[in-house]
Amino acid sequence: MATQANPEAVLPAQGIEAPRSGRIDPKYLRSRTSRSNFEMMAWVFMRVSGAALVVLIFVHLWVNLMVGDGIHQIDFSFVAGKWANPVWQFWDLTMLWLAMLHGTNGMRTIINDYAEKDSTRAWLKAILYLSAAVIIILGTMVIFTFEPCLTDEAGNLLEGVAPEFCHGV
Amino acid sequence: MTQTESETKSASGGRGTLYKGREGMWSWVGHRITGVGIFFFLLVHVLDTSLVRVSPEAYNAVIGAYKHPIMIIGEIGLVGGIVFHAFNGIRIILVDFWKKGTRYHRQMLWGVLIVWAVTMIGFTVRHLMLFLEGWEGF
Repeated sequence: MATQANPEAVLPAQGIEAPRSGRIDPKYLRSRTSRSNFEMMAWVFMRVSGAALVVLIFVHLWVNLMVGDGIHQIDFSFVAGKWANPVWQFWDLTMLWLAMLHGTNGMRTIINDYAEKDSTRAWLKAILYLSAAVIIILGTMVIFTFEPCLTDEAGNLLEGVAPEFCHGV
Repeated sequence: MTQTESETKSASGGRGTLYKGREGMWSWVGHRITGVGIFFFLLVHVLDTSLVRVSPEAYNAVIGAYKHPIMIIGEIGLVGGIVFHAFNGIRIILVDFWKKGTRYHRQMLWGVLIVWAVTMIGFTVRHLMLFLEGWEGF
């Protein structure tokens, strides 16, 4: 019996085995030094990003839906007006990255929980990571390449589309 | 009695455990469902916002769909999911990091639901008022 005990699970002082230590496949032992601490980093990230996202998204909803004309104010010039300010560019960029990484890690957890077949799990995660990468890259490029003051071929500002501040430039 | 039997018994008839049965489990179910819903909305929302790079007309046309009465109801549902996920997420952080978090996790869930209800009453009233003020009919 003692020959089967995992040496790492034996208490050094008394030489008493931890409960069930002889019956557990060594690969499930918590004392095993894992190759990386990725899962622990992911766990911490969910809490840190989650707390940040509460602030980021609540302010986003407040500014876009609860003040001014609410849902009716949202159009091209509203977005242009916001992204003319670097603070809102940074705000939306941070929100995009944190929300996508938080959501992707949550979906990864759910796929790991419910997709029991190895190939199904691998496929679902491949689709998930690909979609997340596309959305993050697309969103980032949109924020950085956005042109608020659109002009026609003659170089005049497009009326009714360009936000107020374009007229001053 | 094995540990599993005692957990099952207490989960069905007694106080439950931190994760199995009752408040702990249902808040977990709610957190997952709202999380998945928010994730898929987020994919769509980045795509619709990306239309600002196509043309103002394309963006305005698609974002205009969010101003339809049916979508207004959908937005109240979406914000309801976000607000629950947010407040329950804070509760999860407290369960993990606050010394007395596990002892008060049930009370904190009721707190989450009360603050959620208050927030949602405020949001729903304001969102509907602003919608009706600017609505030009079907």
